[in-house]
Amino acid sequence: MGVRSWFEGWPVYRQLTGTDPLGRGAAAKSDGSRALTARTDTADSMARSVCPYCAVGCGQRVFVKDGQVSQIEGDPDSPISRGRLCPKGAASKSLVTSPLRQTTVRYRRPYGTEWEDLDLDTALNMIADRVLAARDETWEDVDAEGRPLNRTLGISSLGGATLDNEENYLIKKLFTAMGALQIENQARI
Amino acid sequence: MAEAHPVGFQWVMEAKRRGAKVFHVDPRFTRTSALADSYLPIRAGTDIALLGGVVRYILDNELDFREYVVAYTNAATIVTEEYADTEDMHGLFSGFNDDNATYDQASWRYEGHSQNRTTRDSETQRETAAGLENESHGAPVGGETERDETLQHPRCVYQILKRHFARYTPEMVERVCGIPQEKFFELARAWTENSGRDRTGMLVYSVGWTQHSVGVQYIRTGAIIQLLLGNVGRPGGGVMALRGHASIQGSTDIPTLFNLLPGYLPMPHHANHPTLDEWVDSIAHPGQKGFWGNARTYGVNLLKAYWGDAATADNDYCYGYMPRMTGDHGTYQQVLDMIDGKIKGYFLLGQNPAVGSAHGRAQRLGMANLDWLVVRDLFMIESATFWQNAPEIETGEIVPERCRTEVFFLPAASHVEKEGTFTQTQRLLQWREKAVEPPGDARSELWFFYHLGRVIRERLATSTKPRDRALLDLAWDYPTHGPTVEPSAEAVLREINGYDVATGRPLASFTEMKDDGSTVGGCWIYTGVYADGVNQAARRKPGSEQSLVAPEWGWAWPANRRILYNRASADPDGNPWSERKRYIWWDADKSEWTGYDVPDFEKTKPPSYRPAHDASGVAGIAGDDPFILQGDGKGWLYAPTGVLDGPMPTHYEPVESPVRNPLYRQQANPTRKVYTHPINTLNPSPPQEHSQVFPYVFTVSRLTEHHTAGGMSRTVSPLAELQPEMFVEVSPELAALRGLSHLGWAHLVTSRAAVEAKVLVTDRVTPLRVDGRIIHQLWLPYHFGYEGLVTGDSANDLFGITLDPNVLIQESKVGTCDVRPGRRPRGQDLVDLVVDYRRRSGNLVHRYPPMVTTDVADSSSDQEA
Repeated sequence: MGVRSWFEGWPVYRQLTGTDPLGRGAAAKSDGSRALTARTDTADSMARSVCPYCAVGCGQRVFVKDGQVSQIEGDPDSPISRGRLCPKGAASKSLVTSPLRQTTVRYRRPYGTEWEDLDLDTALNMIADRVLAARDETWEDVDAEGRPLNRTLGISSLGGATLDNEENYLIKKLFTAMGALQIENQARI
Repeated sequence: MAEAHPVGFQWVMEAKRRGAKVFHVDPRFTRTSALADSYLPIRAGTDIALLGGVVRYILDNELDFREYVVAYTNAATIVTEEYADTEDMHGLFSGFNDDNATYDQASWRYEGHSQNRTTRDSETQRETAAGLENESHGAPVGGETERDETLQHPRCVYQILKRHFARYTPEMVERVCGIPQEKFFELARAWTENSGRDRTGMLVYSVGWTQHSVGVQYIRTGAIIQLLLGNVGRPGGGVMALRGHASIQGSTDIPTLFNLLPGYLPMPHHANHPTLDEWVDSIAHPGQKGFWGNARTYGVNLLKAYWGDAATADNDYCYGYMPRMTGDHGTYQQVLDMIDGKIKGYFLLGQNPAVGSAHGRAQRLGMANLDWLVVRDLFMIESATFWQNAPEIETGEIVPERCRTEVFFLPAASHVEKEGTFTQTQRLLQWREKAVEPPGDARSELWFFYHLGRVIRERLATSTKPRDRALLDLAWDYPTHGPTVEPSAEAVLREINGYDVATGRPLASFTEMKDDGSTVGGCWIYTGVYADGVNQAARRKPGSEQSLVAPEWGWAWPANRRILYNRASADPDGNPWSERKRYIWWDADKSEWTGYDVPDFEKTKPPSYRPAHDASGVAGIAGDDPFILQGDGKGWLYAPTGVLDGPMPTHYEPVESPVRNPLYRQQANPTRKVYTHPINTLNPSPPQEHSQVFPYVFTVSRLTEHHTAGGMSRTVSPLAELQPEMFVEVSPELAALRGLSHLGWAHLVTSRAAVEAKVLVTDRVTPLRVDGRIIHQLWLPYHFGYEGLVTGDSANDLFGITLDPNVLIQESKVGTCDVRPGRRPRGQDLVDLVVDYRRRSGNLVHRYPPMVTTDVADSSSDQEA
């Protein structure tokens, strides 16, 4: 390394002569940091998303590398959030990639003391059986005066405020057709 | 707001930078207080007294925006002489019925109106959470009203309001809320000075207002102030609800709620809605004005979306398939029914009631008494492991070997592993693209419910039972894709939007819907989100390339309108109230409404339009009536019907309060929803004896670093590290009084539970002087539970269950307690401690606070002769 390149590499020189007089950008970069590449630059794809926590609706950009979420950032285009995220939103990569996430079906049989494994398809069919049985056992056709009721009060559901509109739509549609009235979510709470 | 909605708070700071004055009213000094111009500590549960003081200040000093008030609100409307006010009845309104603790609303009506063609009585409305549901569609006030635009008639709303709030003086505000008078005047002056032609002020609230036994009336009081000051339907104005979950607005619009169907149509009631005609008439109220006049169209389109080709005019579009309500089927009634063994199966979909709902012990004991429970979540939450790790294991109330509940835990897809729309707090739908496939068995709710419906329909394919027709005829053919056979969210969104049956063309507006079965639409207020076959919610034109209104980012219901009732941003003649507050106005040259937003008015109806005497529906709305969903086109300072606990807000004490109501003999909301059940024990309050056993007030709220019941934050390591422990904030004065030491342990006791927490002695909570005595308040976060990376006792275990009568939301922002140093006892000792407190408070055999206390004049604080 010659003296000239050594001197021109000195951050103070670059700060005084370059385009970064405050020394907060290019002038302050070391060779090490210059060689770094942002995960957002090397991502295979980016999805436009929305933060899953509160109802402000901050825009998120979800970067994906090799089929995995590699970074989640605030979306600067959003007129709501202008690129900002709060501590929760900023932690949402940790949320979706958390090693604590359950990724398999777990089953606790009546009077059981441990979790067991269960195949997803088996679980779906067992749940369908139980829904139909509970519905049959608690079905009410008419009230005492013969007016229609068409319902079961044997089945309850709670949840929806963290779900998509399309999901809530199907949940309500299926439960209504099933006669299950006792459908609630956080909006009641 | 800085704590719980931090990124939204940037706009408050922007406004402050431009000269706005920010006030923060809260029992606890928070990050919001730190950035506000003025902070007002308040006794939890007394906001109506504070806001009522502001109403009185406005009326006494005639600071209302008179032109707006006369033209756009019901201030001038005359009320029948049968009406009697709380002023004359110790805190009750006329029409109270002791037998069922509800009001007959007949005497509240407008002069000259025959009462209530609706068949729903107040008790049914309370049971079905129907208070003011769907604007005034539950509140028929059709026809002409008698008005005195000088506002001098003694029975006009303006004068009634003035009398009703006469006793909410600054002295009374101080006495009730603990807010010094100079602080009150600072707030009242700033609010009124910042309202009028040239300026607007905004009110922002959250569940600190809704989670009360009189929560709807908190918001009504805020709305009254904003209407009086002309702050509704104008830029920079409004009453803004900051909601707490990514799509909680969406799950209200397309409701997973027992009493509603999509677009705020009511779930049918067995007695009141036996037929399609009776159902739609109860919404439209034939002859009434406003957009609910088209209720039949909205209802038929929903039925067509549900039952497709099977729904025809001949079979009333399958209306007969609908299940019917008979009363209260809400989440708290359900939990008590679970304890009583009436419910067999329970689905939990991204919700954790073991921590997040009031009375955690009741929640957990309910879940332990089911046949089966399905939990769909990202993480192993408390509501899935109650049979293993609940506090009731330690007390022996749940024994795994004797707990029969079969539990299915199904992993859910996260927000980046599925596509679909969230509706955020300003009614804005934003489409999320899918980034990656969900891991392992994780699936979306769309997948789960589509396939559950598919399997159930296959099982029933040969059924001949009439009850199964609704499932077999259901329109359930959604296209699927990918290796997991995921249904198409976009196809569901298209159905929600609606389309023409013959051509398949997506509808552009709900005004294109027909009531003859030729169009389909799953949620009328969302029609337009798929206009032109384009997913409008996916629009992402950068904010920097648009106007401040940013109409091309996402899509807001209804009709991509960003401010509701924005006709009120122009004067009655259609001109902007001022240049500074120009937003929507009448363009006389083009004969249409125009402006920066989508006008919330028929586009070509001129300001001069006056309806014919017998006009109804949309045609009945005059050219200067901005509140187009109201039966009289007016903003309601006074609700002549529909609000179950009174036509105007009244300060009642929380159900659990250490204080006798200083304003009236009536102590608490006389129409509140009470559950008498052995598990639902309540602390005594004046005028009952022994309230001093629970001398302190406690309240709960969120931390920035955690989310609700912790299922999405105590499981995430950066957030768990930032807020690792359950704690309670106490003032130095209370710490000294009760021997609590900073960073030591304390436990709080109510007649439901004892909960331990680390002590944070801080000036952020301050003792208040209330009605001549010192009231200590404690604050806790409610995020903690027994699963996750960081654990702790759940604050919601402390609460009992008492609900607001209009919406059946629980009072979980205020209660009374005792606090003691040290950790709580374990096992049987814990049960004994709580039982001992109940014994000392005279509540070993269940006693509930009396609904009506107007005959008790024992209090020195009683203001009435």
